[in-house]
Amino acid sequence: MHTFGYRANALLTFAITALAFICAIASFSDKFSNQNPSAEIQILNINRFKKQSHGNDEVSLTLDISADLQSLFTWNTKQVFVFVAAEYETPKNFLNQVSLWDAIIPAKEDAKFRIQVSNKYRFIDQGQNLRGKEFNLTLHWHVMPKTGKMFADKIVMPGYSLPDAYR
Amino acid sequence: MGFIGETVDSIKSIKIRQLLTQAITLGMIVTSALIIWKALICVTGSESPVVVVLSESMEPGFQRGDILFLRMTKEPIRAGEIVVFSVDGREIPIVHRAIKVHERGDTKEVDVLTKGDNNDIDDIGLYAEGQLWLHRHHIMGRAVGFLPYVGWVTIIMTEKPIIKYILIGALGLLVITSKD
Repeated sequence: MHTFGYRANALLTFAITALAFICAIASFSDKFSNQNPSAEIQILNINRFKKQSHGNDEVSLTLDISADLQSLFTWNTKQVFVFVAAEYETPKNFLNQVSLWDAIIPAKEDAKFRIQVSNKYRFIDQGQNLRGKEFNLTLHWHVMPKTGKMFADKIVMPGYSLPDAYR
Repeated sequence: MGFIGETVDSIKSIKIRQLLTQAITLGMIVTSALIIWKALICVTGSESPVVVVLSESMEPGFQRGDILFLRMTKEPIRAGEIVVFSVDGREIPIVHRAIKVHERGDTKEVDVLTKGDNNDIDDIGLYAEGQLWLHRHHIMGRAVGFLPYVGWVTIIMTEKPIIKYILIGALGLLVITSKD
């Protein structure tokens, strides 16, 4: 009853159960954090707007992104993944979401920033629907914890539009 | 030497009834593990409710050896979600983030492009020949939570199978030689 095997087994079981419990509580504590992030995006320039050789529209633009995501960080946060997507509707597609830029914020100090950047990923439509198109720019964030449940949310900024003719 | 002598003695003194009882106990343990796994599949709606992160393509968020909990709901796939998908012809599922989503109005079919956070290029090179988009049936689940480091056990057992055999052998020996 008191052999090494039994003792090791009991110790290991208890250690694993306690660890699982602590991880669950750490994740649960994220529910009580008060979050109020803010963001603002401006389109500085439309660099290029043309039809590709396959027939799809492509846009290249420069964005000015400023955001304050410091309130998203809790003690259980490993990093926050943030990205900006253009969302719009076309006759064929009910929803198109195209990610234009993303970044990883590893710490709270880096979470308040302002950058000017051209789109990291190509903004290509499925078709030629982008002339004069109105679209929303949404800033999404994805909080990745040190352990437990991940959660994501976004800020939708409507009212942007593309020019009526190719450049 | 005494331990080996004891083991040999106890193997010699095995009775059939005791052996059968132990075999059934072992069978019960294995079956309950299987029941828990299948129940998890039902509850989460995903064919593989727990996966181990095998590559560094999602660092620093997910490191090799972390395990991810997945859930699959009928809700549409949206950009930013971390999805687990399998490509025709590859058996190992891949965990990456959806960066482009185009959803059709009438049929609710969806085209998804994914990319690992730590990769420079998107996943078109990983898809099957000629495939430009992922569709709903490729996606096995969305990652909703994770535990660090726990998956190393699986990685070690897959990459060095000798350890798996040693473990199973030791377990078998333990079962046979235990007096209850």
